[in-house]
Amino acid sequence: MAALINVPPKAKRGDIIEIKTLMSHIMETGFRRTAAGDLVPRDIITSFTCRYNGSEIFRADLFPAISANPYLSFFTIAKDSGKFEFEWIGDNGFSATASASITVE
Amino acid sequence: MRKGQTTRRKFLELAGGAAVVPVVTLRPLEATPAMLSAAIRSVVGEAPVRSGKVKIDIPPLVENGNTVPMTISVASPMTADDHVKSIHVFNEKNPQPNVGNFYIGPAAGRAQVSTRIRLADSQKVVAIARLSDDSFWSVSADVIVTLAACTDEVN
Repeated sequence: MAALINVPPKAKRGDIIEIKTLMSHIMETGFRRTAAGDLVPRDIITSFTCRYNGSEIFRADLFPAISANPYLSFFTIAKDSGKFEFEWIGDNGFSATASASITVE
Repeated sequence: MRKGQTTRRKFLELAGGAAVVPVVTLRPLEATPAMLSAAIRSVVGEAPVRSGKVKIDIPPLVENGNTVPMTISVASPMTADDHVKSIHVFNEKNPQPNVGNFYIGPAAGRAQVSTRIRLADSQKVVAIARLSDDSFWSVSADVIVTLAACTDEVN
């Protein structure tokens, strides 16, 4: 479970900043078959949440149509110095978290 | 005929029996336009969906449907009174009509989301934005895919 997070380490108050995240995950659709004809069971990340100093700023419901190693990028206004917390939840009890800090001047 | 030995006749009966077992597919392998509109209705309800405000940035021709970069942006001031609440992305011909739901708010500053998606066939991608006044705006884009995703065989 490796996550790649890209948050600018510093920003001016009021700046709109871009946050990029990537989580390594197979995102098995549940529609593919093996050569023997057996359906490969679904194994995907179903939900992603980003919190900025505790309050939710972005949330996503993901479906099998999202590529493997789901990449998500979104924006937020830099308000205060603090922490971004990221959470991925998926099938078969998948759960992963990551965080990044920012200094707002 | 000895006991415990499979005779040719018995074998053929079994093999023939197995061959006529119907293949039950619970879902069609392709989302139909009806499934697409049902998926859209489950998000917007009975509200009218107008076209405009939303923009899809997606390559019109992709070689590999397994990772298609896509950016959705919505023209919105993103203030407390006038902002985008959520963006919903649908497709026409994948096994499932949903692609993703993205929930944002005035804290986003800019109503823009990027991700990478799978496309099982050349098809239409639809994005719908829900604004703070609960109006819905949509746009669609056609994508030609030369190598399909989702339903290929596992190696």
